[in-house]
Amino acid sequence: MSISVQELTQTPAASQSIVQSVPVGPAALLVDHATKRFKVDRRKPPVVAVDDVSIRIERGEIYGLLGANGSGKSTFIRLVSGLLTLDAGRVEVFGHDLVREEMAVKRLINRVSVDAAFFKKLSPAENLSFAARLYGLDTREAHRKAVAIMARLGIGEKRMSRPVEQMSRGMQQKVAIARAILTSPMLLLLDEPTTGLDPRSKLDVQAFVEELRADHDTTIVLTTHDLAEAERLCGRIGILAGGRLTAEETPECLKSRVAFEYGLPPTLESAFMQYTGRSLDDDIEEGEAEPAD
Amino acid sequence: MIAITREARASYAFVERNFNLTKRYWGWEVAFLVYAVAGALSVSLIGQSVGDRRLLMSLVVGAVFWNYLSVVFQSIGDTITWERWEGTLEYTMMAPVRRSVQLLGSALYAVVYGLVHTTVLLIVLALFFSLDLGHANLGAAAIFMVVGSASLIGIGMLAAILPMMSVERGSQMVFVLQSCLLLVSGVYYSTEILPSWMQLISRISPATYVLDAIRKALIDGASADQLLPDLWPLLAMAFVFIPLGMWGFGRAEHYAKRTGKLKRVG
Ligand SMILES: Nc1ncnc2c1ncn2[C@@H]1O[C@H](COP(=O)(O)OP(=O)(O)OP(=O)(O)O)[C@@H](O)[C@H]1O
Ligand SMILES: [Mg+2]
Repeated sequence: MSISVQELTQTPAASQSIVQSVPVGPAALLVDHATKRFKVDRRKPPVVAVDDVSIRIERGEIYGLLGANGSGKSTFIRLVSGLLTLDAGRVEVFGHDLVREEMAVKRLINRVSVDAAFFKKLSPAENLSFAARLYGLDTREAHRKAVAIMARLGIGEKRMSRPVEQMSRGMQQKVAIARAILTSPMLLLLDEPTTGLDPRSKLDVQAFVEELRADHDTTIVLTTHDLAEAERLCGRIGILAGGRLTAEETPECLKSRVAFEYGLPPTLESAFMQYTGRSLDDDIEEGEAEPAD
Repeated sequence: MIAITREARASYAFVERNFNLTKRYWGWEVAFLVYAVAGALSVSLIGQSVGDRRLLMSLVVGAVFWNYLSVVFQSIGDTITWERWEGTLEYTMMAPVRRSVQLLGSALYAVVYGLVHTTVLLIVLALFFSLDLGHANLGAAAIFMVVGSASLIGIGMLAAILPMMSVERGSQMVFVLQSCLLLVSGVYYSTEILPSWMQLISRISPATYVLDAIRKALIDGASADQLLPDLWPLLAMAFVFIPLGMWGFGRAEHYAKRTGKLKRVG
């Protein structure tokens, strides 16, 4: 699947205008003082993976979540997905409370995570048909849709009937994206969806994400370590450090703020360094982030 | 009505997926069948060697139907183990599907799979020992298998908690539970020879009643009303064990979500 030059040079300007418009109806995602702790060792205090985070995301927004390894991005996504229980706070999706209206929320969301989890011996078609049935979709209709999505992401129809284990990691990741899109989620949670994809596939996925927002009004939460990707796609960016939200702004504002307030180069990279409070090298050495402030 | 259709479709999702998995691993399924046949044969041959036809029949019934119960029991746990292993459990749990629908869907497939397995096993053993099932009450035996499955499914759901908690060791713990059931349920011997405290436990094992009834039906050709004393406890247990299984699994799921145990990668 080739992509047009126009798509490649598209700017995130369109996504920003959404944010600035007056919100109508309930927020697509409302996270109110969410906290999640993990007890890892009886003698030590628990790890606070998400620490009193409040975020409001409007319908049609693409919200980027950045942060060092272990800063709590995936935990945040899991909390919103209902895969972890909240220790404190509350989550609402399009006005439905995650705890009290679990089924209603589940019908509205889907998630793609870094690892493409599938029954590896089954084909993409079989895996996707399972997903379709779980979401109460018509399987034939779902198959047609899946083939179209896969074609859009550059995977041919004949691949659909061969075991997933015969696909490369990147191809599996595309199937995982197809699985999520198939159920037409109103809120799509993407946890590093492009990690491990080749540059062209990455652009394919990015263009597809933009298309989803534009054509289907899907609200997207995206975590990524690719700053260019965040800049291209996201209307707003939140930065997590040690489970706390240390900054939340449009990419433009973030860049000008680090330049203006700290005299750093006006790039997302310097904003990342500034608001995560440490260099990437430290993260690699220690693996666990601490609050930046 | 729409809701029921929806749930039925969702539970069919598990039947279809498990069937696809069985199909994809058919070579291993054949190997597993060989294992079951060999196991049942070697136990039954004890009866042959003693030269006691009744003991032989009793052991054949024990081996074949224990195989059925353990296949059903295990396959419910296996679906969780498998999902946990592949990492798909998080996706399945995110889907708008009630946990009961998920568990019952898996159980439904387990019962069908177990019935096919057991039929093959019974035919092989009947041919091997040239058994005469002429006056056996096969209908009653089938009824007890189905009713017995219900409570076994409940215990299977409780057992499925273990692989949810630990991918690596959980499925082995299912075997532990299974062998305890084997010990107390009078599979190869009468429960009367057990110490009295074990006899007490044997009374709350559904397998005890299933095996007792099937023996009477197949060996003595007992009629339906002669088997009623075995039927009531099984029905009662089904009403206890299935809700208990769902409740227990639900509690365990909540615990797993609180402590972050569902996670595999990422
Ligand atoms: N299931 C879990 N059990 C215990 N601790 C956990 C669990 N999941 C996450 N944590 C801890 O919570 C913190 C946040 O982890 P999380 O996976 O959310 O980070 P992340 O921002 O997604 O990192 P990465 O960029 O590496 O994906 C880490 O300190 C991690 O060790
Ligand atoms: Mg992560």
